[in-house]
Amino acid sequence: MVLVIGSRDEARVEKVCMIAGKIMLMSGAETHRVEDTMNRMAHAFGVENAQSHATPTGINFSAGMTEVNNFVRISKRPTDLHKIAEVNSISRKIVAGELSLETAYDHLQKVEAEPSVYKVWLQILIAALVSGCFVIMFQGTWIDFLPAFIAGGLGFAVMTGMDRLLEIRYLAEFFGAFVIGVSAYLFIYYGFGLELDKVIIGAVMPLVPGLHITNAIRDMVAGHLLSGISKGVEATLTAFSIGAGISLIFAFI
Amino acid sequence: MTIAAQLLTSFIASSGFGILFSAPKRSLIQCGFVGMSGWMLYYFLTPAIMNNVPATIFAAMFVSVLSYFCARLFKVPIIIFNISGIIPLVPGGLAYNAMRHFVENDYTTAVELSVEVTLLAGGIAIGLMFSEVIRQIIVKLTVQK
Repeated sequence: MVLVIGSRDEARVEKVCMIAGKIMLMSGAETHRVEDTMNRMAHAFGVENAQSHATPTGINFSAGMTEVNNFVRISKRPTDLHKIAEVNSISRKIVAGELSLETAYDHLQKVEAEPSVYKVWLQILIAALVSGCFVIMFQGTWIDFLPAFIAGGLGFAVMTGMDRLLEIRYLAEFFGAFVIGVSAYLFIYYGFGLELDKVIIGAVMPLVPGLHITNAIRDMVAGHLLSGISKGVEATLTAFSIGAGISLIFAFI
Repeated sequence: MTIAAQLLTSFIASSGFGILFSAPKRSLIQCGFVGMSGWMLYYFLTPAIMNNVPATIFAAMFVSVLSYFCARLFKVPIIIFNISGIIPLVPGGLAYNAMRHFVENDYTTAVELSVEVTLLAGGIAIGLMFSEVIRQIIVKLTVQK
């Protein structure tokens, strides 16, 4: 067998694959998708038999079974589907042979440095709008649209703000849900809105851990038991903190 | 009128979730469409034709199949459509009710509701697996040719 590339090139291929995997995992991609993308990219650059192992908290990657092992730690995982799509299109181009190693690395670094596509105020506004819409979808009346709109927006804003202050995401979700509970109760108490349940359910929907649930299932199905279970636990913990935050108001009334 | 309201709100809710998860701008319309289709199927099935657990399974299957074809067509990862499409089916309301009954010391109702939530989550899981089934069948068939 002929060695296609030298060891220095191999190190650069590893670097490109690692950064691609890191971006995807940090943006909330499924681990089997991360591994698949890294292997495809390595293969396109001439590294046969690349080994990758991704879990929600870190990636192991080596250019061969007996090669040096590279590791990267993932600590924060803000959801950003846009970046996953970007890395996906870069990896498609690499597989098609349209990108060289250097340009791919530059592109990936650009993607990693990109800020979120949507501004925070827009996301809060959209969260409020989504909350109002869910009231209608769950057979509520249009009278409850506005209370849910305000409560949902407030809750999401508090969650995003707390997330910047606190290291623990579950606490941010807890406080967001608590604000929703309190504001919804006050609205109904002062005659602004009809059904407390509908307002709360609508307002809490933007906090629901939909991404973790879908990812947990897709990882489990793909045979990635480790990340499937840990993401399932993450979803359950999030659901519990939201539930506890919401229910706190009922303990006082 | 109610159906028009359902169509509109489910579309806005699903594409809104696309924005909350920072989906690419060009996929937002498809996100809304996938979510709307899944929710409308669920809306017509419950409670007239079937219970909410099988209805969730069918709606989740529909969402996963639609997202699979959207992902193929527009060349973006399937996860973008999956997530925004599945959100309306997540039993947030039931989970909230279960939690509320726990807090109010009504454990019998609370456990009853929690079991239903678990079943619904399982239903979503089965539905989501369906796209994987289709993908594998298509891959096997195209390889054999």
